[in-house]
Amino acid sequence: MPPDQNDIIEIRKKVTSGEIDPRAFFEMLNQHSHNGLIGVQYIANADNWVELAIDYDEKLIGDPRTGILASGPIISLCDMASGMCVMLTTGKFMQTVTIDLRVDYLRPAKVGHRVTGRMECYKHTRSVAFVRGYAHDGDADSPIANVTGTFMFLGAPQ
Amino acid sequence: MTLTLPPYAEALGIETSRDDNGRIVLTMAFGPHVQGRPKFLHGGAIAGLLEIAAFATLWDALGEEGERPQAKPITVTTDYMRGGRERLTYAAATISRLGQRMANVESFAWQESEDKPIAAARMNFLLVRE
Repeated sequence: MPPDQNDIIEIRKKVTSGEIDPRAFFEMLNQHSHNGLIGVQYIANADNWVELAIDYDEKLIGDPRTGILASGPIISLCDMASGMCVMLTTGKFMQTVTIDLRVDYLRPAKVGHRVTGRMECYKHTRSVAFVRGYAHDGDADSPIANVTGTFMFLGAPQ
Repeated sequence: MTLTLPPYAEALGIETSRDDNGRIVLTMAFGPHVQGRPKFLHGGAIAGLLEIAAFATLWDALGEEGERPQAKPITVTTDYMRGGRERLTYAAATISRLGQRMANVESFAWQESEDKPIAAARMNFLLVRE
């Protein structure tokens, strides 16, 4: 049975207060919803960044001629990492929504490789958080994509 | 002509049809596989739908499979305008420019009516002709 809206809010409050760490958060969410479909896994985090990954999966192929993953799963991955790094950076529970997310593909992801996305929140105001990061397929020094985004806080900080 | 969608489109449960003007319109049913926070679509699933709409429209314009150039996405910018609800989502795309080397495509996704988009994406593709 997937957690309902209230459970999720409670869980997110515990993440921002430090009661639940990000790894446990993703383990709770992983089986359910879209994150389960693409198989988002927690890798690491610090105060203002989060690293998540997805394994190569044939059902996520965007171009059957090359076997390269679609960009949707990579956007999902970076969107999730962004939302989480914003929560960690502010240290407060605030519902956030994505305003926009831009992905620049620097090169195609290698077929069969796991994709890691790392996003950091480098600035936040009362109403908006700014994130940047990248995705790589094994070598962080040779990223496959550069990612930037903005998020809006819904309601006043609690 | 028939369009073969990639495995990712199938995983999202996307179906294609054409409207009265011959425009390709995609639909994506709501379900756990596209859900983010409870009662809402996942932003990534919306981005996926917009991406497939752009690809399908571009492939359709480029000609038959096997003869058309490879379209490589270079930049993808997704704007989220409204929360996606627990209902059917539609998407369609417009090709702003189709050149020899580049294609610029805009996709929109909507639910209750097309003039209330829930999200849009601008995708710039590099066209690789053999």
